[in-house]
Amino acid sequence: MTKYMILIYGDDQQWQAMTAEQRKAHAAAHDAFTAKAGAAILGGEELEPATVATSLRSDASDRVTITDGPFLETKEVVGGFYLLEAADIDEVTALASLLPEVHHGHSGVEIRPVVDHG
Amino acid sequence: MDDDVNAAVALAHRRDWAQVLATTAQLTRDLDLAEECTQDAFAQALQTWPRDGVPARPGAWLTTIARNRARDVLRRESAFRRSMPLLVDDTAVPGPEDALDDDRLRLVFTCCHPALSPEAQIALTLRLVCGLSTAEVAHTFLVSESTMAARITRAKKKILKARIPYRVPAPEHLDERVDAVLEVVYLIFTTGHAAPDGPHLIRKDLIASAVGLARMLHLLMPADAAVSGLLALMLLIDARSATRFSSEGRLLLLSEQDRSRWNTRLVAEGVSLLTDALARRPPTRYAVEAAIAAVHAESPAWEDTDWSEIVGLYDTLLRLRPSPVVALNRATAIGLRDGPAAGLHALAPLEAEPALAGYGYLSAARADFLRLLHRWSEAALAYEEAIALTGNDVERSFLAARLAEVRARLEH
Repeated sequence: MTKYMILIYGDDQQWQAMTAEQRKAHAAAHDAFTAKAGAAILGGEELEPATVATSLRSDASDRVTITDGPFLETKEVVGGFYLLEAADIDEVTALASLLPEVHHGHSGVEIRPVVDHG
Repeated sequence: MDDDVNAAVALAHRRDWAQVLATTAQLTRDLDLAEECTQDAFAQALQTWPRDGVPARPGAWLTTIARNRARDVLRRESAFRRSMPLLVDDTAVPGPEDALDDDRLRLVFTCCHPALSPEAQIALTLRLVCGLSTAEVAHTFLVSESTMAARITRAKKKILKARIPYRVPAPEHLDERVDAVLEVVYLIFTTGHAAPDGPHLIRKDLIASAVGLARMLHLLMPADAAVSGLLALMLLIDARSATRFSSEGRLLLLSEQDRSRWNTRLVAEGVSLLTDALARRPPTRYAVEAAIAAVHAESPAWEDTDWSEIVGLYDTLLRLRPSPVVALNRATAIGLRDGPAAGLHALAPLEAEPALAGYGYLSAARADFLRLLHRWSEAALAYEEAIALTGNDVERSFLAARLAEVRARLEH
């Protein structure tokens, strides 16, 4: 078995603009995903919008600077994640296809295998 | 004797490489090791066969050697390998129908997995399934050997880390995954048929690889209409390969080719596969393209070409798979059916198509119709444009000859 991180990317503004109706459908889709994936899910969270993100970097003299905002200034930001365990990539893509973000134009998911330090 | 042995090894390489590697990978669960052992087995054949003679079943002999070699390595490295993630883990998953339970199919579906980039899919397929060396694959794509080696290594690493399974896909995904494989096969074929750049228009080795792959797929999945359609298409196009060039190496148009030299055996095989593929509804993209090739193959002369039939087939193809290039071919066929003025009219809306901007064949088609209409100066401009957009030397010299012809008319 291999661990995979599913990173959910999308446009924060469009997520914020969802109607109550849309939110309900969205949550139901996540529930369906969770039910289907079952024990394979090791963890997962929805993140607060990137507007409240804080980033740390250091300059040449290794002085840490704190900045407001996400690490990368892109329209699509990470909005949530799941950590799950699966036998192979086909199993993960089949499950992840259930996520509502995959089916909206502005969003999608990225699947990254987790390093096995064995 | 040595020549015979070399020929036997070369034949085994063409015919059995995929089987030897795929069967070995089933044991090693590691593509790198399987590849190494397969290569070793062929090297050993070159040493042993001149002395002991060519075995009765070369493929079985090579598989045994490769698998023995793999077992030795695995035994030696067992402690180390146990701690490594395995490539293959298909034991827990029930396989599809038994008919599809074949190691070569597993290998093909792994190499053409959609989680790999298209470039990686083609490179892996040529290297692992067709047995081309890394240098040969690099040459095909006009990149350096080290670049190609890095690309192949990266792809293998992705297979390992992301755990792309060594498995024939489940029935509900089979059609789309077969499509992905066929896409790779057809890309190898078209790359071989019209090498995009450089001095050679045809790369026979790539055509042979693509046709060999399609034959293998057809053998393993005889009921798959998409596979039959693609094999038919490639055979029907390949049947014309001997007549695509004049003795001086000039590219010959379909209208100029000596049809008596078309390979009738390949045409017959293609048409028979096509008949089978077209019987399924709806017809697949490749079957319709093969039908277009068959209209040409079965027409005794260019003048006898049934252009109405061809336009109708392009209409079907546009519905199945809308693409600007198909629209361009359809417009060209309309010009051949109804005359150059109608052709120009059909091409006109495509001029605004962004996907065709910079596509040399559009300029070339327009240039031809303008030439037939004796609009010499416009034709000259269009040929110049087509030449500027074409990278293939043979095609360029063909267009240059046409341009010279048109310019000569201009001066009169």
